[in-house]
Amino acid sequence: MKNLFSGRSVHPGLLILALVLAVLPLLLPNAYYFDVAIRIAFNAIVVIGLNLLMGYTGQISLGHAGFFGLGAYASAVLTSLYGWPPVAAMAAGAVATGLLALLLARPVLKLKGHTLAMATLGLGIIISIVINNETQWTGGPDGMAVSGLSLFGVEVTGEKQWYALAAALLLLVTWFALNLINSPVGRALQAIHGSEVASRVVGIDTTRFKVRVFVLSAVVASVAGSISAHYIGFITPNMAGFFHSIELVTMVVVGGMASVFGSILGAALLTLLPQMLSAFEGWEIVVFGAILMATMIFLPKGLVPSLARRSRKQPPAPPLALVKKTGS
Amino acid sequence: MLRIENLSKHFGGVKAVQDVSFTIREGSIHSVIGPNGAGKTTLFNLITGVYAPTTGRIVLGNDDVGGLSPDALARRGMSRTFQNLQVCMNMTAIDNVMVGAHLSLNQSLFAAMLRLPSIRRADAACRDEAARLMEFVGVGQHVDAHASEMSYGALKRLEIARALAARPRVLLLDEPAAGLNHTETGEIETLIRKVAQSGVTVVLVEHDMKLVMNLSDHILVLDYGKKLAEGTAAEVRANPDVVAAYLGAAA
Repeated sequence: MKNLFSGRSVHPGLLILALVLAVLPLLLPNAYYFDVAIRIAFNAIVVIGLNLLMGYTGQISLGHAGFFGLGAYASAVLTSLYGWPPVAAMAAGAVATGLLALLLARPVLKLKGHTLAMATLGLGIIISIVINNETQWTGGPDGMAVSGLSLFGVEVTGEKQWYALAAALLLLVTWFALNLINSPVGRALQAIHGSEVASRVVGIDTTRFKVRVFVLSAVVASVAGSISAHYIGFITPNMAGFFHSIELVTMVVVGGMASVFGSILGAALLTLLPQMLSAFEGWEIVVFGAILMATMIFLPKGLVPSLARRSRKQPPAPPLALVKKTGS
Repeated sequence: MLRIENLSKHFGGVKAVQDVSFTIREGSIHSVIGPNGAGKTTLFNLITGVYAPTTGRIVLGNDDVGGLSPDALARRGMSRTFQNLQVCMNMTAIDNVMVGAHLSLNQSLFAAMLRLPSIRRADAACRDEAARLMEFVGVGQHVDAHASEMSYGALKRLEIARALAARPRVLLLDEPAAGLNHTETGEIETLIRKVAQSGVTVVLVEHDMKLVMNLSDHILVLDYGKKLAEGTAAEVRANPDVVAAYLGAAA
C-alpha cells in the first residue's frame, strides 16, 4: 500500500481504472446503462475534487453544488443566449467560479474552525436563489435547455462518444489527483489536515494552501457542471441546490475520505442508488441521510480505506515499553 | 544568534512570561527549565511565532522576528517539536518527515498535478534524505510504516526527524523525553548531542534534570514567568534561589 505512491511507475489503481473504463462499454447492454455510467463519471470528477478539499485537507464544503451549478448555467446562458462556443463558455464559467471561490475563501480560511462549511453553505444557497430568481437568463425554477457539446467544431453525439469523453476526463482527473497527492503540495495539504500547527512550523502557509485547494475543487466542479449541462441538455436550479451539495459530501464520505478511488466508488454507488430506490420516491433524501449515518458508525473511514486496511494484514502494535530497541 | 529582549506575554490578566531576556549562542545546547506553569512552553510558542509577544523583542541573526508567523520563521531557519505530539496521523511516517522539507521543494500546483520530471526527481531525493534522517534519529525500521502504527517513543523521534528535514539553524525541542523510560531518555540524550554536533543550535525545554544537566551548555531557569537564574549547569545547580524554587522541591 505505502510504496505504491513512491515509485516512478504509473499508479496500479490508475491502470485498473483505465482497464475498467475500456472494458465497460463492451458489457453495457443498452443506452440506459451508458447514461448511468456517464453520469457516474461526471459525479466522480466533482467528488474527486471535493475529496482533495475534504478528505485530504480536512476542510468541509457544503456548497459545492453551487459551483457545479455556476458552471452549468454559465455554459447554458453563454451558449444559448449569447452564442458563445461551448469551450469558451466553459472556460468563462470556470474562471468566474474560481474567482468567486477565491473571494470567499481568502477571508474565511484565515479563521479557524468550521467557518468554511458555514460560508459555503451560505454561498450555495445564494447561488441557487439567484438562479431561481433571475428568470430572464436562467428560466427560473422551470430550468432551461442547453445545446449539445461541440469541441472545436466536432459535435459530441450518441452515448458512445459521450462515454468516451466522460471516461477520458475521469481518467485525466484521477491522474491529476493522484499526482497532486504524491507531491510536495499534496503532502502539505495532508499535513494541514493532520496538524495545522505542525504544518505552520515547518513553513507551510496554511491559509494559502487551503485557498488553493478550495479554488481548485470549485473549478473542477464548475467544469464538470458545464459538461454535464451539455450532456443532459436541460438544467434546473436543483443542480445547484443544497440537496445536491449533500449528495456530493455523502459520496466523499461513503467512498472514503482521502481516497481518490473511494471518490469514484462513492460516486458510482450513490448515482446508482436513486435508480434502485425509485420505489421510495420522495424519500431519497432520508435514505441518503441513513446511509451517511450508517457509514459514519460502521465504516468511519469510508469504503475504500476500510477495505484497504482490512486486506492489508496488520500485526498488532507492540506494547510501548517493548518497542524501543532501536539503537542510535 | 538568537536574542530575547524583555519578552512578555499576557493572556488577559495572566502574565505567562514577564520581562525575560537571554541570548543563545550559535552551536550551543541551551535549556529552559522551571516548575510546571513557569511559562516554558509559552516562551517556545513566542519564539516560534505560534503566539505574538505582548511586549519585547526576539532577534534572530540581526532581525527582530517577534510576531512573525511560524511559516515566516521557518523560512529563517527555526524549527521545533511539540510537547504534545504533533505528528500527522493521517500520513505515513516518511511522508511526515518529507513535510519537514516543504520549503525546499516546488510548491506549484500545476507542476504537481502533471508530476513533471523535476518534481519526481526532487521528491525521490527528498524521500532518500527523509529515510536517512529516520535512520539518524533511530526509527529507520519504521521507514515503511504509517504514523498511526508507531509507538509513542518512535513518534517523538519522528518529530525530530521532521524538524531536521527543514535543515534548521535553531531547533527547539519541547520536552523530548516526556513519557519516555530511562533507556529511551538515554537514547534521546545521545540523539540531541548528535544533532548539536551536526551544527544545529538546540534549545531544550525539559523536566528530566539529569538530561538537562548532562546536555546543556547554558541553562535558563523560569519561575512564574520570570527569569530566576541563568548560567552553566554547575552555576544553576549551586544557585540557592533555584534550589529553593525548583530542584529542592523536586528532590
